[in-house]
Amino acid sequence: MLILHCPYCGVDADETELSPGGEAHLKRAGPGTPDDAFERYLFHRENPKGVHFERWRHASGCGKWFHAARCTVTMEVFGTYPAQVTEPPQEICDRITGKRPGWSWGAFS
Amino acid sequence: MSTRLASGGRLLDRSKAVDFTFNGKRMRGFAGDTLASALLANGQTLVGRSFKYHRPRGIVASGAEEPNALVNLGQGPRHEPNQRATTTELFDGLRATSQNHWPSLEFDVGVINNYASRFLPAGFYYKTFMAPRPAWKHVFEPFIRQSAGLGKAPKDRDADIYEHFYAHVDVLVIGGGIAGLAAARQAGAAGARVLLIEQTAHWGGRAPVDGAEIDGMPAAEWVNDTVEALEAEENIRLRRRCMGAGIYDHGYVMAYERLGDHDPQEGLPRHRLWKIRAKQVVTATGAIERPLSFAGNDLPGVMLAGAIRDYVVNWGVSPGDRTVVVTNNDDAYRTALALKQAGLEVPAIIDARPAPASPLIQAARDLGIKVETGRAVAKVKGRARVEGVAVSAQAGEGAALQDITCDAVAMSGGWSPVVHLWSHCGGKLVWDEENAHFRPDVARPPIGADGAGFVRAAGIANGAMGTRDVLADADAQGRAAALACGHKRRKKTAPSAAAEEAAPLEPVWLMPQGAGAALRAKMWLDFQNDVKVSDVQLAAREGFESVEHTKRYTTLGMATDQGKLSNINGLAVLSQSLNEEIPQVGTTTFRPPYTPISMGAIAGEARGAIFQPLRRTPMHDWHAENGAYWEPVGHWRRPYCYQRPGESVEEAVQREVRNTRENLGLLDASTLGKILVKGADAGKFLDMMHTNMMSTLKPGRCRYGLMCTENGFLTDDGVVARIDDETFLCHTTTGGADRIHAHMEEWLQTEWWDWKVWTANLTEQYAQVAVVGPKAREVLDLMGGMDLSAGALPFMGWADGQIGDFKVRVYRISFSGELSFEIAVDAHRGRAFWDALLEAGAGFGVMPYGTEALHIMRAEKGFIMIGDETDGTVIPQDLGLDWAISKKKTDYLGKRAQERTHMTDPDRWKLVGLETLDGSVLPDGAYATAPDSNANGQRNVQGRVTSTYHSPTLNRGIAMGLVKHGPDRMGEVLEFPRTDGGKAAVKAKIVSPVFYDPDGEKQNV
Repeated sequence: MLILHCPYCGVDADETELSPGGEAHLKRAGPGTPDDAFERYLFHRENPKGVHFERWRHASGCGKWFHAARCTVTMEVFGTYPAQVTEPPQEICDRITGKRPGWSWGAFS
Repeated sequence: MSTRLASGGRLLDRSKAVDFTFNGKRMRGFAGDTLASALLANGQTLVGRSFKYHRPRGIVASGAEEPNALVNLGQGPRHEPNQRATTTELFDGLRATSQNHWPSLEFDVGVINNYASRFLPAGFYYKTFMAPRPAWKHVFEPFIRQSAGLGKAPKDRDADIYEHFYAHVDVLVIGGGIAGLAAARQAGAAGARVLLIEQTAHWGGRAPVDGAEIDGMPAAEWVNDTVEALEAEENIRLRRRCMGAGIYDHGYVMAYERLGDHDPQEGLPRHRLWKIRAKQVVTATGAIERPLSFAGNDLPGVMLAGAIRDYVVNWGVSPGDRTVVVTNNDDAYRTALALKQAGLEVPAIIDARPAPASPLIQAARDLGIKVETGRAVAKVKGRARVEGVAVSAQAGEGAALQDITCDAVAMSGGWSPVVHLWSHCGGKLVWDEENAHFRPDVARPPIGADGAGFVRAAGIANGAMGTRDVLADADAQGRAAALACGHKRRKKTAPSAAAEEAAPLEPVWLMPQGAGAALRAKMWLDFQNDVKVSDVQLAAREGFESVEHTKRYTTLGMATDQGKLSNINGLAVLSQSLNEEIPQVGTTTFRPPYTPISMGAIAGEARGAIFQPLRRTPMHDWHAENGAYWEPVGHWRRPYCYQRPGESVEEAVQREVRNTRENLGLLDASTLGKILVKGADAGKFLDMMHTNMMSTLKPGRCRYGLMCTENGFLTDDGVVARIDDETFLCHTTTGGADRIHAHMEEWLQTEWWDWKVWTANLTEQYAQVAVVGPKAREVLDLMGGMDLSAGALPFMGWADGQIGDFKVRVYRISFSGELSFEIAVDAHRGRAFWDALLEAGAGFGVMPYGTEALHIMRAEKGFIMIGDETDGTVIPQDLGLDWAISKKKTDYLGKRAQERTHMTDPDRWKLVGLETLDGSVLPDGAYATAPDSNANGQRNVQGRVTSTYHSPTLNRGIAMGLVKHGPDRMGEVLEFPRTDGGKAAVKAKIVSPVFYDPDGEKQNV
């Protein structure tokens, strides 16, 4: 059972306090976008063995959404950060590079 | 026969006799006994029958690994099956019965399976599936069902209470043997907060039995001193009878404490489930002795050598007058010595090794014990218990060289570290060639949140053999665990013990190594599930090469003991059959819990009324007192209807509908979701949330709104009221309040985080009552306080005001088609307001109505219901709700999805009304058939029923449904085959879904 640090209220929250929200950093495709872009946005998801970025909500806590960078194999958590960004903070990326050199995920590396 | 020795038994208090019964027979033990030791002391060597062949079985082990001695314990509401006699502490009045036999333990008809065993090979169960179909139904299934299951399932509600505990510690040490004590001592000394748990009632594990010396004193003394010292430390907590059940991600550990099993008391919890978060976990879980695979190794009287030593030393029990010891390692010699010291006879030690030499072996010889090296037990003689053994050469095929008369056999195939907890969360294993066992691979531990290992195995659980190495390893692991948590206070001196010289173990997987088919078919690997060497070999021959497949095919290790004794032996036999090395074959997966834990402990306090706490409206008690027939809606209970004496549910519903249409109905609508949306961008935000335009709504007005998912499907609906320029109140469905609030927050926080919008879920802040019916205005006028005339408060308007003594907000909205006022008051005034309405309405024929009347009235009006007309695949356009979809907006959630070709397909099924030709009620969920069949031979369909009721207003069945091209086919008749098995299909005509007051004249007055 994971522990994730909520970057808003500062609590190291048990997984039971959190609700998962799937992949992070999706770019919304609204009306007027081509079918394949909309398909990618709505249905295509990363399924990595290793570095992953995902959304969590501190549902039974402060109620805020945040992002977590995590290894899906070892459950190592590289960091959590607020959800109000379109890409992972440089500091998180650097930390991942330190531990998983050569990593890439979606458009990020 | 086993019996009690005249003296000895370090755990016994012989001054306290304890009476118990086994299969109704009165027996006596002493305080400190386990049920197993007491049964042996009473000469009860036969304790159960095996699962498949119903062979007689006795006690094999002395701890959690016991496969055979499973009993029913207690009776009535305290009855529990499959309890291990070896881990059940004896108490006065304990009642145990044996399992899996008929008519009696001594004479069991099912033993016929034993003689039919050649017809019940590995995978027998699966092979029955290949037989002709009727054979399964009439022959195999009844037979398998009859023989399946060990104990009897309890019938009554559990009378005991259970609880959960939460703990956060630096270092959790699992296992209170000398390794656990040493690790806890050192971790505590460094300053870490330590929790040390031990599954049995005693500290020290095996060391006191094995006669170890630590720091120059007998192990038992060192254990007592150490426990005393640890108990004095503030940062160290110790718990006995508390098993580490499972290790999970990020240092989460489940432990199972048995508080009342040994001392049942009313009002105190029986079991406690610990949910522990530990920064570091030390698993000092010891080792389990392996049986040897020789023919007849399952007969009562054949026991693990270590277990026999335990019974002699701990409980003063003699397993028999003459015990033959059979081994491939030095440790079993300790059993021979212990038996001799207790004055019992050891006719021979059968050692499979050709020429071992060590001080222990010499000590046995010095006591005059005959040591037969290079020898094997070819087979055990006897039917219901051991009568002797035939001895052969280990290198041969089992030709008997001599027979030895004996009444017990002590076997040892070496010791396997208990690696279960290490493995639960991904810790890997290495094969230790020297000791022929798997031990933790320290380079590949379970990984924590920080990417470093968080579990350390210690002592023999880490593969350290011998007291000296165990202590040194455990001490180092305890120190390292504390350091990993940042505690580095000064170190204590490590406990020390003398080195022991031992002859190397020799792996023995078959005894004798060349045993023929007849012998192999009597060598048990898994005692509980009756899996033999021959079964695993058959599985290998039939192509089950993966250890996981072999496990499932043969059921090896799948019993309640999860293969604690059988796993290593089984996979060694498999690897030999496949001609591969053991590490290549690998192990099956270790899964929590380590031993079974009670369902009561898992449930804890969450049972009965607090299993899932109910949400209650302020009027809940009134409903309960007035005949409410409850319907669960989300976590709420809502009245489905209010039954009067002598009235059926159906009659009550029909009465409530009629009365609301004719007079005055009251509905407790408090459960409807009420979400406040506020801020400069609130209108813009709701335009994205809803399909229709909310930003143009004028303060004081209400608008029915639809919400879709980004995938285009309708997810919720409700009336939105604009409170002021920056404030909206969104009503949601009862079940949707929390979900829709979360949905709003998700989009606000993760997509439009720069918009100035705030939301609050006010659902429980208000009680809401729908006052419905032609006399609704009259009763409210009678109560007085505000002008509710059509001019002052027109349809789809809302107003704040006063009714009687109550501060109210009135919404003129209608879900019934009648004149209707939905009135919100502060929640604490809800019941008083409800009572006042009932009093004022008395002269108008007021009657509360329930959810079913609400459903019928909305269906008569053709209003959709989320969850009836929608099922996650329906878009608003399917439901004829195009009027509620803004054409002006460039975007809303679901708009892009609804542009997809499949969503705009004219062939989509669309909402219509359905009117049966004979006036009957269409079956719910029925499909309208179409001509011909599809490619899979299934009947084509062209529509389905989504809501169906008997309408008291129209006195006939009415329904709504989704039908292909439905709105273009008014008047056509469809056929709906019955769903209840009736033959004749129901015919129904396609009509408008609005059955009642199509022009809305009644609601708008």
